[in-house]
Amino acid sequence: MENKNFKTVGQPLRKKDAMALLLGKPAYLDDVTPRDCLVVKVLRSPYAHALIEEIDASVALKVPGMVAVYTYRDVPQKRFTMAGQTAPEPSPYDRLILDKRVRFVGDAVAILAGESEAAVNKAIKLVKVRYQVLEPVLDMHTAKDNPILVHPEENWRSLCPVGSDNKRNLCASETSGDGDVEAVLAGCDEVVEHTYRTQACQQAMMETFRTYTEMDPYGRLHVVSSTQIVFHLRRILANALDIPRSRIHVEKPRIGGGFGAKQTVVAEVYPALVTWKTGRPAKMIYTRQECQTAGSPRHEMEVRVRLGAMRDGSIRALDVYTLSNTGAYGEHGPTTVGLSGHKSIPLYTGGLEAYRFSYDVVYTNVQAAGAYRGYGATQGIFAVESAVNELAARLEMDPVELRKKNMVREGQTMPAYYNEVAGACALDRCMDRCAQLFDWEKKFPVREMGDGKVRAAGVAMAMQGSGISGVDVGSATVKLSDDGFYNLTIGAADMGTGCDTILAQMVAECMDCRLEDVAVFGADTDASPYDSGSYASSTTYVTGKAVEKACLELKEKICALAAGMLGCQPEQVEFAGRAVRRLDGKGEVSLAQIADRSMCGNGLALQATCSHSSPISPPPFMVGMVEIELDRETGSVRPLNYVAVVDCGTPINPNLARVQTEGGLVQGIGMALYEGVTYTPQGKILEDSFMQYKIPTRLDMGRLRVEFESSYEKTGPFGAKSIGEIVINTPAPALAHAIYRATGVWHRRLPITPEKILMGMEEK
Amino acid sequence: MEITLTLNGKNIRAQIAPDTLLLDFLRQQGCLSVKRGCETSNCGLCTVFLDEKPVLSCGVLAARAAGHQVQTLEGLQSEAEEFVGFIADQGAEQCGFCNPGFVMNTIALLRQNPDPTDDEIRAFLAGNLCRCSGYEGQLRGIRAYLDWKKRGGADCGE
Amino acid sequence: MLSIGQYVRAQSLEEAYTLCQKKSSVVLGGMLWLKMQDRTVGTAIDLCELGLEGIEETEEEFRIGAMTSLRALETHPGLAAYTRGAMARCLGSIVGVQFRNLATIGGSLYGRFGFSDPLTLLLALGARVELYHRGVVSLEEFAALPYERDILVRVILPKEAQGAVYLSQRNTATDFPVLTFAAVCRPGGLACAVGARPGKAKLFWDEEKILAGGINPDSARRFGQWLAGQVPFGSDLRAGAEYRRKICEVLARRALLELAKEV
Repeated sequence: MENKNFKTVGQPLRKKDAMALLLGKPAYLDDVTPRDCLVVKVLRSPYAHALIEEIDASVALKVPGMVAVYTYRDVPQKRFTMAGQTAPEPSPYDRLILDKRVRFVGDAVAILAGESEAAVNKAIKLVKVRYQVLEPVLDMHTAKDNPILVHPEENWRSLCPVGSDNKRNLCASETSGDGDVEAVLAGCDEVVEHTYRTQACQQAMMETFRTYTEMDPYGRLHVVSSTQIVFHLRRILANALDIPRSRIHVEKPRIGGGFGAKQTVVAEVYPALVTWKTGRPAKMIYTRQECQTAGSPRHEMEVRVRLGAMRDGSIRALDVYTLSNTGAYGEHGPTTVGLSGHKSIPLYTGGLEAYRFSYDVVYTNVQAAGAYRGYGATQGIFAVESAVNELAARLEMDPVELRKKNMVREGQTMPAYYNEVAGACALDRCMDRCAQLFDWEKKFPVREMGDGKVRAAGVAMAMQGSGISGVDVGSATVKLSDDGFYNLTIGAADMGTGCDTILAQMVAECMDCRLEDVAVFGADTDASPYDSGSYASSTTYVTGKAVEKACLELKEKICALAAGMLGCQPEQVEFAGRAVRRLDGKGEVSLAQIADRSMCGNGLALQATCSHSSPISPPPFMVGMVEIELDRETGSVRPLNYVAVVDCGTPINPNLARVQTEGGLVQGIGMALYEGVTYTPQGKILEDSFMQYKIPTRLDMGRLRVEFESSYEKTGPFGAKSIGEIVINTPAPALAHAIYRATGVWHRRLPITPEKILMGMEEK
Repeated sequence: MEITLTLNGKNIRAQIAPDTLLLDFLRQQGCLSVKRGCETSNCGLCTVFLDEKPVLSCGVLAARAAGHQVQTLEGLQSEAEEFVGFIADQGAEQCGFCNPGFVMNTIALLRQNPDPTDDEIRAFLAGNLCRCSGYEGQLRGIRAYLDWKKRGGADCGE
Repeated sequence: MLSIGQYVRAQSLEEAYTLCQKKSSVVLGGMLWLKMQDRTVGTAIDLCELGLEGIEETEEEFRIGAMTSLRALETHPGLAAYTRGAMARCLGSIVGVQFRNLATIGGSLYGRFGFSDPLTLLLALGARVELYHRGVVSLEEFAALPYERDILVRVILPKEAQGAVYLSQRNTATDFPVLTFAAVCRPGGLACAVGARPGKAKLFWDEEKILAGGINPDSARRFGQWLAGQVPFGSDLRAGAEYRRKICEVLARRALLELAKEV
């Protein structure tokens, strides 16, 4: 372990914006943008698949206050993707802002802009549309090579070799592996083979998608959006509107939650088009119903696992096939699926002799999926961790012992994780500590509580990445200002996670100052240094390293300027936090003096901008254990206790890391038990509100206990890896395990509702 | 139609449409702490006090509030400030979008029941959804605040 | 979107009644369901100035004004004592405190919603409703009536029960119920109401005299089985008919055994 005597890093400091947010100060998009602007709404398709034969907005436009109605005839005909990814995007260019073909219930048919909400609400009912209703492809199992094509168009484009073919409804397809899986499986005593299904969960961030647009005095489109990806957004809007990127300026205010949802350009194109065409300020605020039906949910996946092991519990082979449903458009389709294997199989690197991972990602006529915390790993880990628990049951082995026998250990090369080495891995310690905190030995046995109720426990492990290796770019500008305070400017997006604060903590650590001495600004495409944005668990690890580098560089510049003031060479001074001192003890200048000096007759900018990208993506690891009480007569499940122990490297701010973990656990519990996604036979989603889509309340999640078992990741800032996503991955397999223990039935399809539990027991 | 009501202690006279929801009216009046998170009265983000009782302002016509007292977090800053520092000390504010509703309803709870059990806290706040925090940090913060109050309020949670 | 032409605070029940005869008029309850509807209302009639808010307790009955909030019922000490906590149990799972501070008992009952917790319990408790035009009718009768343009003025709850138990099954703690069940010892015997079938609550009596020998684990089990066979169940997003039938049996048995401990 490296030197951990940090002053500010590792401290549970308050978030810089905490008090303002808690006191309800105006901070979010609708609070800080003008009320007086055009209201933008989208008329949406009632059909899962149709062609617009005729669309007539003349009556709608007569509603007093209506300013514009746009249809597919009014938009650029170059396809683009709404996925917030580094270019060239792996996601196919399969969108138009408005298309003659509508591809899911909720797809955009027309964009309306008016002076008031009432006018637009009235007008939206008056747009006359005649559809040629087409048969949709609703079942992901029959999508591949179905004669009905979701994207038959000739100008559909894939920019990367991801195995896509729009003429086969294929968004992506690939097989990878190491060793001879079939041969190893054939030599195994046990082969567990099952298929696990996860649903298209919604991120359900409390602030819905929203964007404000206006033309600035320079004739540029000024976009204020609740987004995780200001720079990608600039490019995507330029593609969508077919205008130069130089004509767009994007910034984000405080964001009311993202979880990956706002890594896709869901709402932005609509007001942007309105402003670009009318020159007038415009705002679009998604309703909750739109979020639920035309958002960017998790990819529904079906993961088939074949796990080969010996009677002694050694796991020798894993064969994983994932069928992923990207829905009507391919945002994040080719990339999420990869994590379902590459972030589940490596957990069992221990004695694994061979693996194979293959997948198909298919188009169907349902809501397009996107990025949601966990990004495919969640789905794959539910499958693989469940299969491992099934193996333990079959072998009558303690699942904790089984995992200890097979888990990845520090220093091992992980073939299924692009041959990266687990350079910092405390998974073994996480397991030991979690078992101890949870009291696994006592809680694992099923306990009868009377009146039909039993208590049982389940376990799961997880991993994720820290940024996208070789792709993500994090940047930071650190500047010394008057009085000796620092400005930190970033392009990463704090969406409540606290990255503004933890990156400032890093500045405070590097510059030996207080957190209050660091002012943070971001993110703004005109002002911030380039950053891929906040996703893929990248901000702490990638942008954090850029902060560290920038601070080093700034220190040198400060010392150079100070040396001049002290009449010596830069190598004859040392940086001492609030001052720079001559090493020979013959004088010092305060930081404030240096800052003031930099503003008078100075040619050396006391500012440093650094970028960082990492060739590797060191995985954080964790273990989760859950205790439930299950009512065998009604099927009800109550999570009682959830204990999680996480190795995220050095937690930069343990409070924020803990709350990230707790929040992820509860989202994971929601996915496992409550958050259903049901379609009518016509493809309409029934859970289109918080009345029907039930995210957990504080009465539905039991007690949480989180601890950290830290490793030290040498390539990360101060030994840090990541925390944002991994935390959602353990609840589904751990709960399915506990429910099996209580009922003797494996549930391989989420969510596991009381009805499924009770009926499952009856069928047994 | 014209209404008069007391908003955060001040008498207000305003022109509204009969179907204006209190939530929208309050935001028009500059009470931007009041947030909308859903259209189905399920999230608790728009919680305000109507005659001292916590209600969902998305479920009340502004016309109905005429003649009544309405309070938003803007009007309860000092009462809130003492308590919310303890939430900040947990990092449980997270994205913050649900915070005003949560803070309002917690104030309502503590006015009615100054010494609630954990289960009473959970039950009273069940209608306040939060997607970020996992709720546990909010509970720790409330608990820490109550403990601090019991100790006589010394050593403020800074 | 709900759009309202005019908002009127009725100054008398007669005025409210007259105004609501128009098809485009609507009487405001808690407004929570109304505002989710996409409809155009001509006149929204508010009863808030008619003194219909409050719970009056006499020797014989509770008189609950239509504008009384669910939260007021939930926290009323007299009702808590009379129903032995069943009232709070019945209402406490409905969304949240802020919601229940708005939702009115009049609105809840007038809607005769399938998912209604209070309709289930009040049906079993033998409540009556006072309608401005029609007069006083039993809640059971009212539940079966078509929607009429009348004003629900108050709920009358006779003090005749010897114990009440309320149970519900929910997929999450504050979700709509998958099944509601109330059992009440009334002078005429044991009254049970089953709601969220998912249709609106129905009242059942121990017609087969299964409980004639008293409530014990065996009779409670047999009663639950019998009842589950009597109730028409259906399926919706939350659960299927078969599941509802199974848990009806369980809730009925558990409720009866709990009731037996009370009385």
